[in-house]
Amino acid sequence: MAEHRRALVIGYGNPGRLDDGLGPALVEQLEALALPDVTVEASYHLSVEDAEAIARHDVVVFVDAHTSVDEPFSFTPVEPTEHVSFSTHSLAPSAALSLARELFGATAEAYVLAIRGYEFNDFGQGLSPAARANLGEAVESLASMLTRGVFTVTEPARPSATAARDKDLTCKTENM
Amino acid sequence: MVAENRKIVIEPVTRVEGHGKVTILLDKDGQVAQARLHIVEFRGFERFIRGRPFWEVPVLVQRLCGICPVSHHLAAAKAMDKIVGAENLTPTAEKMRRLMHYGQTLQSHALHFFHLCSPDLLFGFGSDVATRNVIGVAAKFPELAVQGVMMRKFGQEVIKRTAGKKIHGTGAIPGGINKNLSITERDELLADIDQMMEWSRGALKIAKGYTVEHLDEVADFGSFRSNHLSIVRSDGAMDLYDGRFRAIDADGNKIFDQVDGEDYLDYLAEDVRSWSYMKFPFIKSLGPDDGWYRVGSLARVNACDSIDTPEAGAARKDFMAVTEGKPNNITMAYHWARMIEVLHSAEKINELLQDDDLQGEDLLSVGERRDEAVGILEAPRGTLIHHYKVDENDQVTMANLIVSTTHNNEPMNRAVSKVAKDHLSGVEITEGLLNHVEVAIRAYDPCLSCATHALGRMPLVVELRDHEGTLLSSGAK
Repeated sequence: MAEHRRALVIGYGNPGRLDDGLGPALVEQLEALALPDVTVEASYHLSVEDAEAIARHDVVVFVDAHTSVDEPFSFTPVEPTEHVSFSTHSLAPSAALSLARELFGATAEAYVLAIRGYEFNDFGQGLSPAARANLGEAVESLASMLTRGVFTVTEPARPSATAARDKDLTCKTENM
Repeated sequence: MVAENRKIVIEPVTRVEGHGKVTILLDKDGQVAQARLHIVEFRGFERFIRGRPFWEVPVLVQRLCGICPVSHHLAAAKAMDKIVGAENLTPTAEKMRRLMHYGQTLQSHALHFFHLCSPDLLFGFGSDVATRNVIGVAAKFPELAVQGVMMRKFGQEVIKRTAGKKIHGTGAIPGGINKNLSITERDELLADIDQMMEWSRGALKIAKGYTVEHLDEVADFGSFRSNHLSIVRSDGAMDLYDGRFRAIDADGNKIFDQVDGEDYLDYLAEDVRSWSYMKFPFIKSLGPDDGWYRVGSLARVNACDSIDTPEAGAARKDFMAVTEGKPNNITMAYHWARMIEVLHSAEKINELLQDDDLQGEDLLSVGERRDEAVGILEAPRGTLIHHYKVDENDQVTMANLIVSTTHNNEPMNRAVSKVAKDHLSGVEITEGLLNHVEVAIRAYDPCLSCATHALGRMPLVVELRDHEGTLLSSGAK
């Protein structure tokens, strides 16, 4: 990690919905690494108070499960948006970033780490074997980027109907 | 006849929360016959916890919902208190739980008001949805948006200090609590409480001002006479954490009062309709047609006799004065009632933080073991019922949960019907109609995320079909 660049990693999702717990699971593993200048937060979903936390950091990485991204994960930049997908209790990363900039003057660069998951349609704890494998690669990659302070985005995800609508919306931000 | 009706489908209601779908049924003359709000009720959760040790349940149930996990945590813990025979908690345990609950209520109501409801009130609910949202509020009313963020954050900090962490808290355990509040934690919260009180007063002023100034407009908007259900204290005062059931009719007459939560099945039943996965609870003595009721802030403020904190108590008197002491049946008055509860929660948090019992060391109670129990709670969105049976191996064998949004199922359907009848013109789904449907549903602050398997958000899709199901037109946004 470059000097004095404070990073915030927010992993979100519901661990009680199988692979939807990928975000919090990454946070748990990353926390164990105790990387300097890296703050980790686990949550069910992004919410307005995350805007304030984002503003206190230089880099923010939103980590979420994804239903269709290329395996094992994608890592893409986020830009703030004026468009909010209606009024829900949770926010998309772009909306959280937008609020952070609007309300708290945030200047953080932001990324979404979307980890491919497979099992979402039931209650249950624990990740599927394939999701667990993807998680391992995601942790390794993110830890390396945080340590080096260099963030390399992946190739654009393959087109899908959902992605065509709004890339934020393909992340499983509300599957609780 | 339904076969002759045309259907207008609004799918899903993502502008509220999670997934839902609104179908507006037209009769053969093109008039609104009925509107239906379809919500996919959670299924499988009872199976998920069946066979689990009962002491795990207060933590497990938080998986149900990321919006109000603390409500499920506490309702389950209250049921499990009885399983372990802890009929009376220690003062430290009960006050820690109350502090947790008021923290949650404050943050939940603040989030709803400042970031979900205020765009409707501040911009007008006929305004462009592109700016009628939290980002729009942030741009035009940044001080309010910041207040919402900081109140939500404060509530989350209260939860963290009482439940152990902001999510998947473990604070409430069968028979009590697993930690007290340290002096340091208390002082950190006290440092902000005056500001929270001040912002709560400001939010109440906005909500009250809007309702009073627009009374002609909101009085009939999605409104109807209804019964109201709430938990109240033994003296009839509001109590969000504990008490007994009271149901009143639209004129304020008591249908039943001081009913123990354990007896809910003697007083409440659930109707099933072919077109909905979600059940329709009703008061047994009145039957499904007349026995449906509202829950949540409006019902609570209506049903109680008083509020025991001075500022919220006075605010309730103002609220009841609008309807001359009778229950307020205005759907949009939910927002005003919610802000009365925000102020009440702030007052309660302040009161509790001054109480030395929070630093007590006596955290657990036990008694005679039981095999069945019911925990009830007034969650931010309304009455929450958790019912469990536990076998001799300490494993859960039965769970029945009735969540707030289910209680409000019929009222939300009625609200949508009312709005559709009042605002649908011709067979076009106009932006105005969408806005009005959305605003009516949002007044209830439904949390569909614990009632559905949402698989990611989708755009709002509107379909117009004729009586044979042929798609006439559709729109998405």
